[in-house]
Amino acid sequence: MVNEVCLRTLDLDRPWLLEQYQSRGGYEMLTRILKEKTPPEEIIEEVKKSGLRGRGGAGFPTGLKWSFISRNAPGQKYVVCNSDEGEPGTFKDRDILRYNPHQLVEGMIIAGYAIGATQGYNYIRGEFWEPYERFEAALKEAREAGFLGENLLGSGFDFELHVHLGGGAYVCGEETALLESIEGKKGQPRFKPPFPAHFGLYGRPTIINNTESLASIPMILKEGGPWFADIGVKNSGGSKLFSISGNLNNPGVFEVPMGTPFSELLEMAGGVKDGRKLKAVIPGGSSAPVIPGEQMMDLTMDYDTIAGAGSMLGSGAIIVLDDTNCMVKVLERMSYFYHEESCGQCTPCREGTGWLYRVVSRIENGQGRQEDLDLLNDVAARIGGRTICALGDAAAGPVAGMLKHFRDEFQHHIDHKKCLVGAG
Amino acid sequence: MVTIEINGQELKAKAGAMLIEVTDEAGINIPRFCYHKKLSISASCRQCLVEVKNAPKPLPACATPVMEGMKVFTRSPLALAAQKGTMEFLLINHPLDCPICDQGGECELQDVAVSCGSDVSRFVEGKRVVPAKNIGPLIATEMTRCIHCTRCIRFGEEIAGIREMGATGRGEHMVIGTYVEKSIDSELSGNIIDLCPVGALTSKPFRFQARAWELSQVEGVAPHDSVGSNLHLHLRRNKVMRVAPKDNESINECWISDRDRFSYQGLYSDDRLTVPKIKQNGEWQDVTWEVALDMAAASLQEIGEGEQIATLVSPSSTLEELYLAQKVTRGLGSNNIDYRLRQGDFRLDGAEPAFSWLGLKITEIEGLNAALLVGSNTRKEQPILAHNLRKAAVSGAKVHFMNPLQLELNYAAGQQVTTPAGMVQSLAAVAKALGATGEGAAAKVIDEVVVDDDAKAIASALKDADNAAVMLGNIAAAHPDYSILCALASAVANASGATLGFLAEAANSVGARLAGALPHLLPGAKAATEKGLDVMKLQKLPRKGYLLLGAEPGYDFWDAGLTQSALESADLVVALNTHTSPALEAAADIMLPIAAFAETSGTYVNTAGEWQSFRGAVKPPGEARPAWKVLRVLGNLLDQENCEYTSSEQVRDELASLCEGVVPDNSVGKAESADLQSAVDGLIRIGDVPPYALDCLVRRASALQQTKDAAPAAICINADEAKKAGLADCDSAVVTQDGREATLPVSIDVNIPDGCVRISAGLAGTETLGAQFGEVTLEKA
Repeated sequence: MVNEVCLRTLDLDRPWLLEQYQSRGGYEMLTRILKEKTPPEEIIEEVKKSGLRGRGGAGFPTGLKWSFISRNAPGQKYVVCNSDEGEPGTFKDRDILRYNPHQLVEGMIIAGYAIGATQGYNYIRGEFWEPYERFEAALKEAREAGFLGENLLGSGFDFELHVHLGGGAYVCGEETALLESIEGKKGQPRFKPPFPAHFGLYGRPTIINNTESLASIPMILKEGGPWFADIGVKNSGGSKLFSISGNLNNPGVFEVPMGTPFSELLEMAGGVKDGRKLKAVIPGGSSAPVIPGEQMMDLTMDYDTIAGAGSMLGSGAIIVLDDTNCMVKVLERMSYFYHEESCGQCTPCREGTGWLYRVVSRIENGQGRQEDLDLLNDVAARIGGRTICALGDAAAGPVAGMLKHFRDEFQHHIDHKKCLVGAG
Repeated sequence: MVTIEINGQELKAKAGAMLIEVTDEAGINIPRFCYHKKLSISASCRQCLVEVKNAPKPLPACATPVMEGMKVFTRSPLALAAQKGTMEFLLINHPLDCPICDQGGECELQDVAVSCGSDVSRFVEGKRVVPAKNIGPLIATEMTRCIHCTRCIRFGEEIAGIREMGATGRGEHMVIGTYVEKSIDSELSGNIIDLCPVGALTSKPFRFQARAWELSQVEGVAPHDSVGSNLHLHLRRNKVMRVAPKDNESINECWISDRDRFSYQGLYSDDRLTVPKIKQNGEWQDVTWEVALDMAAASLQEIGEGEQIATLVSPSSTLEELYLAQKVTRGLGSNNIDYRLRQGDFRLDGAEPAFSWLGLKITEIEGLNAALLVGSNTRKEQPILAHNLRKAAVSGAKVHFMNPLQLELNYAAGQQVTTPAGMVQSLAAVAKALGATGEGAAAKVIDEVVVDDDAKAIASALKDADNAAVMLGNIAAAHPDYSILCALASAVANASGATLGFLAEAANSVGARLAGALPHLLPGAKAATEKGLDVMKLQKLPRKGYLLLGAEPGYDFWDAGLTQSALESADLVVALNTHTSPALEAAADIMLPIAAFAETSGTYVNTAGEWQSFRGAVKPPGEARPAWKVLRVLGNLLDQENCEYTSSEQVRDELASLCEGVVPDNSVGKAESADLQSAVDGLIRIGDVPPYALDCLVRRASALQQTKDAAPAAICINADEAKKAGLADCDSAVVTQDGREATLPVSIDVNIPDGCVRISAGLAGTETLGAQFGEVTLEKA
């Protein structure tokens, strides 16, 4: 039951080539839709049935998102793919771009067909040079084969796809900041509402989905929504790419059904490095609150279960920490990241993330004070829920989680001016 | 309308309005920094967070639309906690250098800190320091104080129309500033001083001059353009310390131009005239008012013949001054009074609209769907009107300009750039495209012109628009064929259904017409039975005696050289001036020091025909006196009747009664002759008046004089014409006009059309040259 959807061509030689993709039935779905002139409503209905939820981290039902667009509204509409993949710990979309770019291209064309858009943009993370080149090459192949451009396969439907390489800002993974960035502006999230479905790229109706979500579309339509839904569990349909990293023997990307036990994934990743003890897991990218290792071993990887444990599945980026990791150091590193990546627009995030980092850093460096622990919680609480986008929440989330589960390590740093963990 | 409840109080509100608009209206205070009623919503400062029932999180009042039944709490524990949280964040990196900050006492951050701040900071780390930037002579920066509200950035994008300020860097490292050390050059730039809620952007000339609580505030009216922007003058110990806008939605909203904001510096220049002076044996002597006025009256009477006396008045003078000036002049038996010092053509006199005006209200400009501006650099001439025009253009109006130079515009518009003679042809072509035949002067030109595609496009834009206007600006008024431009513009307006408008040049150009400061019009814009001579004839046929009011020879006249020779040949020149200058001292025999802007009470009539009276805010320096008083005493000494005024209000009321029933009207009659006066051969001078060369006050405003718009006089010419003349950039060249010469540097400028050379008027170095528009020759120096 692995590699059934997005990575299903991984076993082939140079799977990124058009001919290889087509050898596994690639572009058949698109061809059929264009030939049969499948009503777009049917496509959206099928996506709804699949239970596919946004794979970028927020988990919003994809079919529902598409249905918000008034597809008969006059004027240009856009399909945008979010391949910015900036969440620390996440590297799954990179593998889709590298190994199966055509499935994403096909998914985006179908999405365009479904919402009546003739233009698409794929916003690729600035650091992804190789995936960017692979994707551009795939676009060239697709264009030459008549899958992109005007009047696709004689159907009368036009679709063009452009790539926009980001400049390296984490915040541009936020969908409205991403749109601003494509428009050539400073990447700062927009105040919502209006949402992109009504006022998106260049002010036009826009759907914006994660790479993995869009790349799942051809298979959902080929095998049917219920088939996809049944791969996973209730409320978490389909399979999911998990990027599992940290102190492991065999870190990497694994496509497994939703609801797979964490313990199985850990085994696939070769177990904790050098047989050390699992200490904690960050289950959904750096902004997800940490879960202690013992608790994690009993959980399955799906939206509801992880949420029930007080964290979130997010983008499926699992960071594994073992008993050599100092949690103060881990939080310091994460706080530094958010401090550097805040766009600076909203006061609480601009000022608060720097403050959090400085306090955590102080504790890590043996200069912490007793009142700092409450201060950290308080500052985090004053950021969370008070900003335009979720970056503020992302910065605040790990603080609360760390202090809840590993307060003793912070206390030790304050009391003894040194690390509880030997290796530090 | 929806009903909402705020803090238990029921309020009716417009559906879709933002919460903060509703609370502002109701007088309920919600703290804010990024929100400003005239700017787009940013919702980023997070200071205006309030509790809304059933919302999981506190919501920003500036970006939350009201909905039926909404229950809002602006001071609940949740709302206050959110507001206090934001305030703590804002203060952690703010330097709290209030004791040395110019904003202290009028700082929004200080004010909100009182209600939402804590007395002790929990932030013990080092604060952020941002180097100050030099962004020009008008605005001082102290960017460490910046709280990133982005009002200045949005002002540039949305109001000024130039993106001068911007944010670079992310997060805590985000810095507000200009791109690569550029200066702020917008003519409205000073408004960001008012917009900045903290002391990051403050007035550079005002820096460290006074504390806010030492100042008293009085109202005033701006003296430099025909908008009549409402002002707040901030005073300390009989001195104007700075100028700020006073909100008036029907005129200037909450903005003023830089010229209106910083010109007050000219009040305190070293060359203020503070004592009456008479010239004896070529030497200037200080005298008492009695001596000076007796001598002035006696000398004027001595001339005997009324028609040998000419009164030339500045259109920046008050209504009361202008009315008394014409009264004194006419009392001497002369109709020779004129305010049109920079007009180039008087053939329409008698047939021109008596009470010409904008043609519509200032607030109606933004509702235009199409506009044709003839001879107007609106941005520099009437910046607030340009702002309104930009609003129209941004919402889709088709705007076209016809000028002898390419303008730097801050919106998309068509520009036809030709020689002065070409402007007449271009306008005639539009008239012809509209099927107009024109009358008198216009008919012949229209008949002969060939209609091109540009003319057709302009014609159809005007015709197709629901609200269109054709407007004549300062450059048109100075044009040698102004009478024909007026006739053509009128023909275009009539044929297209557009409104004809006159963008009056100075603060009281319209008022001067009502006050009777014209050779052919009496007060109340009534035709004079005996007509005097216009300002041009009064110089070409020199008079024995001249009375000058606020006019500076060499700078304020259409043909500076002609003025100087006329004055030099006169027996008597009595000058009522605020400032002295070498040219004035050379020309005058008696100099009477008068009160300047802010020093006298008076009235201006703006281009929309609105009368605005103001009071004297400070006393004039030394012996200087309000000009209306000086003129009144002069009238008394000349034994003129009914000259016993005790207040300027009395003067105004007398004029107002004469103006009863006089309504604005832009109908243009038939001009004297149809011959084109614009030169068609040779190199034509474009002598526009730069914004900071406009009048004697701005010419002495030191900060404005350091701006980009105050560039020194130069020969601006395009590369082709320069090549023909054998000149290169930065060369020095001799300009010859009407037999007089000036040596000026050459500046290659792509904005100047072929056949033209821009040598702006009103600048040092151009005093000897001739007409603002006329033939010149160039030779390498």
